[in-house]
Amino acid sequence: MSKFAKKKDGELPAVSTASLPDIVFMLLFFFMTVTVMKDSSLKVENELPVASEIKKLEKKERVITIYVGAPNREFQKTFGTEPKIQLNDKFADPSDVGDYILMERAKKSQELQNVLTTSLKVDKDANMGLISDIKLELRKVNALKVNYTTGSGDAFSNIE
Amino acid sequence: MARRGGAPEVSAGSMADIAFLLLIFFLVTTTIETDAGLDRMLPPMEPPDTDVIIKEKNIFQVLINKDGRLLADDNVIELKDLRAKAVEFLDNNGDGSCTFCKGKKSPESSDNPTKAIISLKNDRETKYSTYITVQNELVGAYNQLRNREAQRIFKKDFVALEADYLNPETKESLGETEYDELKEKVKRIQDLFPQKLSEAETSSSN
Repeated sequence: MSKFAKKKDGELPAVSTASLPDIVFMLLFFFMTVTVMKDSSLKVENELPVASEIKKLEKKERVITIYVGAPNREFQKTFGTEPKIQLNDKFADPSDVGDYILMERAKKSQELQNVLTTSLKVDKDANMGLISDIKLELRKVNALKVNYTTGSGDAFSNIE
Repeated sequence: MARRGGAPEVSAGSMADIAFLLLIFFLVTTTIETDAGLDRMLPPMEPPDTDVIIKEKNIFQVLINKDGRLLADDNVIELKDLRAKAVEFLDNNGDGSCTFCKGKKSPESSDNPTKAIISLKNDRETKYSTYITVQNELVGAYNQLRNREAQRIFKKDFVALEADYLNPETKESLGETEYDELKEKVKRIQDLFPQKLSEAETSSSN
């Protein structure tokens, strides 16, 4: 009875904050499992187009990523506004793509070396000339599995 | 001090701080990656066998110019008609050898889905987004026909079968024989409509 006496005063009971760390840990675990460590920050604009007939890239260790797009604002003065290739953290030319693929391939384990997929994350406003140069370089190093990475949606919305 | 039902010496007040710090660290250094897209195989570098004669009617040529306009088999078409036209080409069954095709059997179009080749050529100035949409429609045409056949034979969509097959978790959950059966089914449908998509060298026009 004496326990309830306080409530009659109209005081709100203090909210227990004992479970606050639990909530935060749950959020933390979510982020730890769902996300991947960024190995490079994007220096190019990279708004991916959308497509509907897409397949998921399940295994992250089998993927080599190449970013293509117009440089970000702070790089536009030095690198211009034409779409460029970004490999890891640096801008590159199509001729560097072959060496990059060979380097990345050498870092992977033996069994994975033949099943690598190259993920092309290309900004929707890039033009095809640069892409065909990249594809030619990929063919030269026999990296034939290619994935045009896109978002998911109705492909016709790309055309506006 | 009264016991609090935990470790009374360690104050739990700073647990939240530690957790917040870790959370902010992860928020800042990680990304949720997009991990889906259109899978394609590039042709190898060796020159193709020049002694393979392909009849012209078995090739469906798609050209995209720098403004994103489409030319399919020498006819100007709209993007939204591309899928239907590709399906019509693949399903045509010109020589009657295909038992499951529902096409018109036109002598101008492909003989058999296994011989039908779609060739894609684009200009250097073509926008990537247009290219992706065209690729999407062509892959969609193949998927539409493959879905039709998978429904007829297995009562399931091909796309669902393939997603199951590619999902790394199904291999563990299904067991050896069932997984092999799934693989067989996927292969069988893929062989009915093999994806023969070739990409020609780009040209630059004015």
